[in-house]
Amino acid sequence: MSGPLMPKADPETLRKREEIVADMAHIVPGEGVVSDENGMRVFESDGLTAYRQMPLVVVLPETVAQVSRILKYCHERNIRVVPRGSGTSLSGGALPLQDAVLLVMSRFNRILEIDFANRAVVAQPGVTNLGITQAVEHEGYYYAPDPSSQIACSIGGNVAENSGGVHCLKYGLTANNILGIEMVLMNGEVIRLGGKHLDAEGYDLLGLMTGSEGLLGVVTEVTVRILKKPETARALLIGFPSSEQAGQCVADIIGAGIIPGGMEMMDRPAIHAAEDFVRAGYPLDVEALLIVELDGPQAEVDHLIRRVEDIAAANGCTTSRASNSDEERLSFWAGRKAAFPAVGRISPDYYCMDGTIPRKELPRVLAGMRALSRKYGLRVANVFHAGDGNLHPLILYDANEPGELENAEAFGADILRLCVQVGGVLTGEHGVGVEKRDLMPEMFSEEDLNQQIRVKCAFDPNHLLNPGKMFPQLHRCAELGRMHIHRGRIPFPDIPRF
Amino acid sequence: MTTFTPKTSAEILDIVRWAVSEETPLEVLGHGSKRGIGRPLQTEDVLDLSGLAGVTLYEPEELVLSARAGTPIAELEQLVARHNQQFAFEPMDYGPLLGIEAGHGTIGGALASNLSGPRRIKAGAARDHVLGIHAVSGRGEAFKSGGRVVKNVTGYDLSKGLAGSWGTLAVVTDVTFKVLPTAETERTLVITGLDDAHAAAAMAEAMSSTCEVSGAAHLPEGVVGRFLDRALSGGARTVLRIEGFGPSVEYRFNRLAALVKPHGPVDSLESGESRKLWREIRDCRPFADGTQAPVWRVSIAPTQGYRMVDAFRRAAGANAFYDWQGGLVWLRMEADPEADILRKLIAHFGGGHATLVRATASLRETIPVFHPQPPALAALSLRLKEQFDPRNILNPERMAAG
Repeated sequence: MSGPLMPKADPETLRKREEIVADMAHIVPGEGVVSDENGMRVFESDGLTAYRQMPLVVVLPETVAQVSRILKYCHERNIRVVPRGSGTSLSGGALPLQDAVLLVMSRFNRILEIDFANRAVVAQPGVTNLGITQAVEHEGYYYAPDPSSQIACSIGGNVAENSGGVHCLKYGLTANNILGIEMVLMNGEVIRLGGKHLDAEGYDLLGLMTGSEGLLGVVTEVTVRILKKPETARALLIGFPSSEQAGQCVADIIGAGIIPGGMEMMDRPAIHAAEDFVRAGYPLDVEALLIVELDGPQAEVDHLIRRVEDIAAANGCTTSRASNSDEERLSFWAGRKAAFPAVGRISPDYYCMDGTIPRKELPRVLAGMRALSRKYGLRVANVFHAGDGNLHPLILYDANEPGELENAEAFGADILRLCVQVGGVLTGEHGVGVEKRDLMPEMFSEEDLNQQIRVKCAFDPNHLLNPGKMFPQLHRCAELGRMHIHRGRIPFPDIPRF
Repeated sequence: MTTFTPKTSAEILDIVRWAVSEETPLEVLGHGSKRGIGRPLQTEDVLDLSGLAGVTLYEPEELVLSARAGTPIAELEQLVARHNQQFAFEPMDYGPLLGIEAGHGTIGGALASNLSGPRRIKAGAARDHVLGIHAVSGRGEAFKSGGRVVKNVTGYDLSKGLAGSWGTLAVVTDVTFKVLPTAETERTLVITGLDDAHAAAAMAEAMSSTCEVSGAAHLPEGVVGRFLDRALSGGARTVLRIEGFGPSVEYRFNRLAALVKPHGPVDSLESGESRKLWREIRDCRPFADGTQAPVWRVSIAPTQGYRMVDAFRRAAGANAFYDWQGGLVWLRMEADPEADILRKLIAHFGGGHATLVRATASLRETIPVFHPQPPALAALSLRLKEQFDPRNILNPERMAAG
């Protein structure tokens, strides 16, 4: 397929490839440089496999000093760099460029410190999300954000993408669960933001770094907050004859002051696909299925289960089951967690979207999606982080049918436009990357985007880090730096002053 | 000297553009309740946002509220309280500490100074709850960032970037915050007689339990008499707050009591008293003494706070109390601020930062109010300031001397 338009490769860099490879091997001796075609092949795409590109060279540093030297080297020679964690991005955030060094952080895979008294873990960025929990669970702790790729995705990548998960309604996103980072700027400078203490001493650069998709710096260390595992968790499986009723039930739960640990919704096509696949015991005669998980102390969970049951009944649910064991709770989740592969069984390919909407707009957006489904002649199944309005429509298509991928992408773009129209956003947790880059103007004016690029200019004025991602057009910083002065006397004589 | 009191974002855009063209710096102000924090400004003109007020959107079931930047935070807290909701980041009121009547402060100011309170350790600060903003940069450009939904990774999070920027990057005109349900009830567990080290150990143990403690503070003997109208006396108090649904609070309180009993005698404060106490801790009431004696706000790793204070006291006379499990230290100096000694000790004890939140103007001119940054980080912060406010129009040098 054609793929998105990426920045034009620099012929000078391509011409000097051999020299660059040799210099990289000098900075990272041993096995740290991959430059042969077969070796580089595994890095040519990330989780968004529709797009592929071989990099200039792959470098796998092991020390902060090496990262700093690589970036300084590239900065001085105007060579582009694409950082990569585990490569699980669903938006093409780690898609290589032909003329860019691919900086792979997977060898930064050690936990550096576990500090239970301060409830903090200091980890290298290549440690997996689940790896952090596994390092502390013997003492009953865990790391709260749990993206579905948590077995593979790295904590450094989580910072780059501000990853969420099913529990972020109650426990927050990556941004709310990290305390500090060490990072290397494009010019090779090493800086630390935060630490085991709270808040920044100046501008909240940590907040800007979180979700910056590898365009601002390369994270070399992360300090995260760990939490004690809740005493217990129970789940409710609730079926409704309409998505409106399910949506109202969600609103009423929150209106009652209850913030569940997780609250997921599936529509009829997703319910059927999941049930056919894993036999989770889901009711098949409902239009919407809610999974509501309550976690915390036993007394609280039992109290809230009863309250949620009452709210569900008042909203006309047709089925409602509460888990009475951890085994049963996990069986409720089995279908939801297998929803993506389940949909994969009923269609040769599927395309996973990721918009967020105000929850109350759900019926309108679902209706809009049904109309779009007819227009494009493609089926769609929906799983929905109902608590926080994050929608994952799965568009079913067949890549072997000519034009069908393009059709699915156009359908997806229309869904995201619909999300923006109702007050939502283009991406809730998968990132902009290359996938949604060209949709950014749907949500932001040029002036809005220019302010974001100005942040980029403060960190990386030559646009060497991960170009071609997030912004449809990267204006030159010098051009953006010019002041446009509206001259003259005070143009607002009617403003009250004293 | 001119004070501009715009009523609309369009007027603010005009004023900032005028200031840019005239190279006339502006002091950006809400109610001025935190005006005494930072390097004293040398500006002639004031941009007073208190007239830019009003709620533009409040949907309790969606947990979202938008307001103009000058809206009084007290008014918003009353509004959401009618729906049993709150700003979970528990924004403190600096007024009393700085000699200004309690109850002032705007929602824009809460973001600009990244306010928080005792619940910071569980629920975060303003930066963790802001969802979106509209603003005018120091270039005179109007822009927006974020939105009204919680889960959003579309572009850089400029809303967070403006949190804690003290009006030096852009003038925020509209903010959208997440709101959350207020706890049905609360109770505070009180342990009497612990020294700072024992208190730190007890607080760490409490925070590491499944009891979901939402406030952990230590009030040493030197300050304890200044809380709850002198109702607490006769030894230091270590206080642990439990909030939530009734049955859950009872259950967790009892579990927590059993857990910390070995540390010392345990008592309880019921909801009304508990609320009052945590408001006083939040607003640093013991040091709201009507003086201008220097007050530091120090953020440090929780288990290092008391160690740092102990070392500091060998060099300088200071009264102290602790919030955030010991990681937030409020220090009232008997005489000089002793900034260098304090900041060296903070570095020695694992890092953190100290802000001189109260001091005379002359002290604030000579001593960096905000924690100085290492050169590479300071240079990056300066580049960010230059990108958003190249002519140094907005609150110039409030955070760092140029």
